[in-house]
Amino acid sequence: MTTVRERLNAAAAKRVLISDGAFGTQIQNRKLVEEDYAGDLGLKADQKGNNDILALTRPDVIADITRAYFEAGSDIIATNTFSANVISQADYAAEALVRDINVESAKIARELADIFEAEDAKAGIDRPRFVAGAIGPTNKTLSLSPDVEDPGFREIDFDYLTEVYHEQAAALVEGGADFILIETIFDTLNAKAGVMAVKQLERELGRDVPIMLSMTLTDLSGRNLSGHTVEAFWYAVRHANPITIGLNCSFGAEQLRPHIQLLSKIADTLLLAYPNAGLPNELGEYDEAPATTAALVREWAENGQVNILGGCCGSSPDHIAAIAKAVEGLSPRQVPSRDTAMQLAGLEPFTIAA
Amino acid sequence: MTDNISSAQFVNIGERTNVTGSARFKKLIMADDYAAAVEVARQQVENGAQVIDVNMDEGLLDAVHAMTTFLKLIAAEPDIARVPLMIDSSKWEVIEAGLKCVSGKPIVNSISMKEGEEQFLEQARKCMDYGAAAVVMAFDEVGQADTKDRKVEICKRAYDLLVGIGFPPEDIIFDPNVFAVATGIEDHDRYGLDFIEAVREIKALCPYAKTSGGLSNLSFSFRGNETVRRAMHSVFLYHAIPAGFDMAIVNAGQLDIYDEIDPVLRDACEDVILMRPVEGEETATERLINLAESYRGKSKEEDKQAAEWRGWAVEKRLEHALVKGIDADVVEDTEELRQAIFAAGGRPIEVIEGPLMDGMNVVGDLFGSGKMFLPQVVKSARVMKKAVAHLIPFIEAEKEEGAKAKGKIIMATVKGDVHDIGKNIVGVVLQCNGYEVIDLGVMVPWSTILETAKKEDVDMIGLSGLITPSLDEMVTVAEEMQRAEMDIPLLIGGATTSKVHTALRIDGAYDGPVIHVLDASRAVGVASRLLSDTLRDDFVSETAADYEHVRDVRAGKGQSELLSLADARANFYDAYVGDKAAPPLKPGVHVFDDWSLADLRDAIDWTPFFRAWELHGTYPKILQDEVVGESAQSLWADAQVMLDKIVEEKWLTARGVCGFWPCARDGDDVTIHRVRKEEHVVLPFLRQQVKKSRDRANMCLADFIDPAGDWIGGFAVGIHGIDDHIARFQADNDDYSDILLKALADRFAEAFAERLHQHVRTDLWGYAPGEQLTNEALIKEQYRGIRPAPGYPACPDHSLKPILFDLLEAEKNVGLELTESFAMWPTAAVSGFYFGHPESQYFGVARIGRDQLEDYARRRNVDLSTAERWLRPNLD
Repeated sequence: MTTVRERLNAAAAKRVLISDGAFGTQIQNRKLVEEDYAGDLGLKADQKGNNDILALTRPDVIADITRAYFEAGSDIIATNTFSANVISQADYAAEALVRDINVESAKIARELADIFEAEDAKAGIDRPRFVAGAIGPTNKTLSLSPDVEDPGFREIDFDYLTEVYHEQAAALVEGGADFILIETIFDTLNAKAGVMAVKQLERELGRDVPIMLSMTLTDLSGRNLSGHTVEAFWYAVRHANPITIGLNCSFGAEQLRPHIQLLSKIADTLLLAYPNAGLPNELGEYDEAPATTAALVREWAENGQVNILGGCCGSSPDHIAAIAKAVEGLSPRQVPSRDTAMQLAGLEPFTIAA
Repeated sequence: MTDNISSAQFVNIGERTNVTGSARFKKLIMADDYAAAVEVARQQVENGAQVIDVNMDEGLLDAVHAMTTFLKLIAAEPDIARVPLMIDSSKWEVIEAGLKCVSGKPIVNSISMKEGEEQFLEQARKCMDYGAAAVVMAFDEVGQADTKDRKVEICKRAYDLLVGIGFPPEDIIFDPNVFAVATGIEDHDRYGLDFIEAVREIKALCPYAKTSGGLSNLSFSFRGNETVRRAMHSVFLYHAIPAGFDMAIVNAGQLDIYDEIDPVLRDACEDVILMRPVEGEETATERLINLAESYRGKSKEEDKQAAEWRGWAVEKRLEHALVKGIDADVVEDTEELRQAIFAAGGRPIEVIEGPLMDGMNVVGDLFGSGKMFLPQVVKSARVMKKAVAHLIPFIEAEKEEGAKAKGKIIMATVKGDVHDIGKNIVGVVLQCNGYEVIDLGVMVPWSTILETAKKEDVDMIGLSGLITPSLDEMVTVAEEMQRAEMDIPLLIGGATTSKVHTALRIDGAYDGPVIHVLDASRAVGVASRLLSDTLRDDFVSETAADYEHVRDVRAGKGQSELLSLADARANFYDAYVGDKAAPPLKPGVHVFDDWSLADLRDAIDWTPFFRAWELHGTYPKILQDEVVGESAQSLWADAQVMLDKIVEEKWLTARGVCGFWPCARDGDDVTIHRVRKEEHVVLPFLRQQVKKSRDRANMCLADFIDPAGDWIGGFAVGIHGIDDHIARFQADNDDYSDILLKALADRFAEAFAERLHQHVRTDLWGYAPGEQLTNEALIKEQYRGIRPAPGYPACPDHSLKPILFDLLEAEKNVGLELTESFAMWPTAAVSGFYFGHPESQYFGVARIGRDQLEDYARRRNVDLSTAERWLRPNLD
């Protein structure tokens, strides 16, 4: 019996794999109204805009989008659970539903993944599909004070955030997620709490729950909001033994290029990149054409810098189909061997050679 | 693969933010004055601490509260938070609370087996969960390890346990306990030596693990006698670091320079620490204790010879010192003049604006008119730096701006490259001419360059690099400057850079002015024109037109014709196989841990040494040269003085490795058969493709190997130990000695390569047992066989180095590492292959075609873009 970690590694050794695109813009396009969101849950707050709750109230919408991405060529689908944690759901008075949202979202993705995989198998094609349980950063940060007058103040602490993530991760795995994708990491310490939560979960379950980590950059020099460079970030989270490391959101592919290049050289694990569809225009909309995005990310694949490609804000099934087509037949990145230097990090990396 | 580089050879961990080590810090924390405590951390980082240790273990403090409060506060200070932290406590709950506040990858200090294996492993697992390295004390259920055997035994046991639960071995730091010596108790005499020997053994038994320790214990018997304590610490480090001691919690500012310690005291310390046998009735400890009395409260004093010029007026003395580069009295003279000016109601800045600038102007004029040469200029700059360093506190106290710089320039050796002699020379020359230079050091990523440029609002950026991959990195910097919409000038310099590359690749990537600076003497001219209101535009457009012309020429004809790869291969060099060298007498890999420096000194080729200082001519004739002779003689004399010290005091260690392997030529590859490992290693070489005139071959190194079976060798040599001395010179504002030592280390490396090759020919491989060559003949390479180096014309691809290093196990055997761009570390190093065939010869591969590029990519099993990057200097 092979583990899911081995299965993903095996699939990624053969070709550049494809993950999914954005859910948010796809949901927006469907012009849903308050009743769609709220259903008959009887919650005290308005639900419009609470995309994650649709898993309970309009599961058909989530299933349609998921199916569209599989049809476009996705090998990996991330669950629509970016904000399905008690901190973010508090804005909708839906804290009590966190577990249900995550379990149901993971089930929708799992079911479709299994169907697509089975259909391929019937046709004699061995092409596994994977479900990544998505965990967003929450809207609170462990590294920074919201109060400029009091730099030592923090809104939450490490143990609390670990609990919040643990609840979400456990529900995602219960619903059938293969991996836990900690994404859009703007605060490295938040991500470390996420890693801690998954490690606790692994001990409770007595098995490996592979982690995917994806950092987001907030300035062009290549740092996230907590100030870490890409290298320092990698050193700070390497203990997670992540199955993928990468960058998402941030800017468009064009601006991510040098940072992907750097990370590709140093990370001894699969590299997953899913940039936004360009930069938003003056109306805040993403209008980069699928062919443009595809051409940009194809360059990374050609240079052997990525293992898995997808899209973030503004990307659609058309973008994913274009990317899948653009990288077809290209060799995946070769994972470099493990570095044996002592790698420490503040906001910047510091190594002491072996 | 050896794809990494140390950011540091020996790591100083800042100890000022430790309540048990710093009375001042303790007072601030006890008084809840966290704002001032944060400043202590900032100063430590500014003063060069590479890691900062935070400890709040004080009985009257709520240590958890103090630790988390302080860590959260420094997290908000990017200047401090950029370095890793060491979370230091004897209480695990304090450590764990700290780990919850630290966002990077810190070090836990410490865990141990004191309370048994179970608790030890539980805490180790927590370190893994939080992502932290850990200091492991040599402490077990029985107690703290005191003897060497106990230290080694406990550390090895801990190592095996840790590796057994998946703890990354590179994240382990052993602290084998530094204890007090010279206590009068005989059992304690061995403590220093035991520590050093234990470190050596632990490093050998526990791969990738590091060692650390707190130095202050060692000299505990001499409390109150700072001179002796500092000497003991310096002597201890001097011997412990070569044994593998990686880091210490220490106040770097309070270490003495080993060879500046009074030799009598130094010897006495060494006798005690190393347990050397002593003559006479006194024991080593008694002698040190007696000697210590005479140092109590006494400071260093040097006898000064009063030369004639010392009687002149102070202004004249300063000018003279600057022009002649004499730094012995400059601080006293500067102070004397400052006080005189102050008494007359003047300001400290007038010392700089008056005699110091006058002196530098004389130097600048002499250099500009070719009457003074680089070594003297650098010496003068050392004098200037020391004077300015003395004045800065006074100027700052006055809260006024220093002499306004003519312009601000960033200097950096690009990412992946560690060579900085040329960059330092240019920096010094620019400073001498009144420019403010922000030197970002070596291995600088583009993001740091751009950030600094923005933050400091600089006027231009200067990039340097020695190895060919640096050319690509410079293009990256240019691209990123373009992306950031900058428009300041970009200056390009360094041995591999050229006007052609600058015009073709870098100028095209950046819309702002890009200027290739041929050597240091041009730097000032370029900088002054770029910053001149009247000259700038003309200069920029002239240069741009010049580069345009270079591009036109390259784009058009003027290039020699290339053969197809197949035709070039058909025209290979047909070496007579009957003449090939016999198999080596001593095959396998040979390691030389410490080649005699005195022997190497005799083999030094001096001509390139003078060239490094921009003095052109052949040694020894250059010493009599009409123009540069005097300058060359003076440089030569200084070099001899330093060489004497290097050899006598053993500043450096020459470590080398060579090996020989059976092989065969296979097309342009040489395939090595490693019998014992049952594997093949392929060395792919490149072939000349430029069309040759009649009956000259299109050569490839593989041509010198017999397809039916032959032998090839390889070697790597490096000069270790330079860093401490460089740090000392830098701390002393002594660029002259800094550059001199680096240039000499390079010479030692080259001499070592030459000597080792000789040893190989006459003994190890032994195909020329009777060879008798003078040093001159050696330098002219009048011997049989060649030693081409990856990255040089016959074998231009630097990426062969990892293959060679793996064959030689160069990192393990002699501590040589490669950066991501395949630069060797330490910097003074040479590596290459040995070919024994009598017809083997050096040549340049020069330009190659797309067909060979594609073929090479296939042979190396890499994608085209990687191969293109590796071979770019040989491509159109």
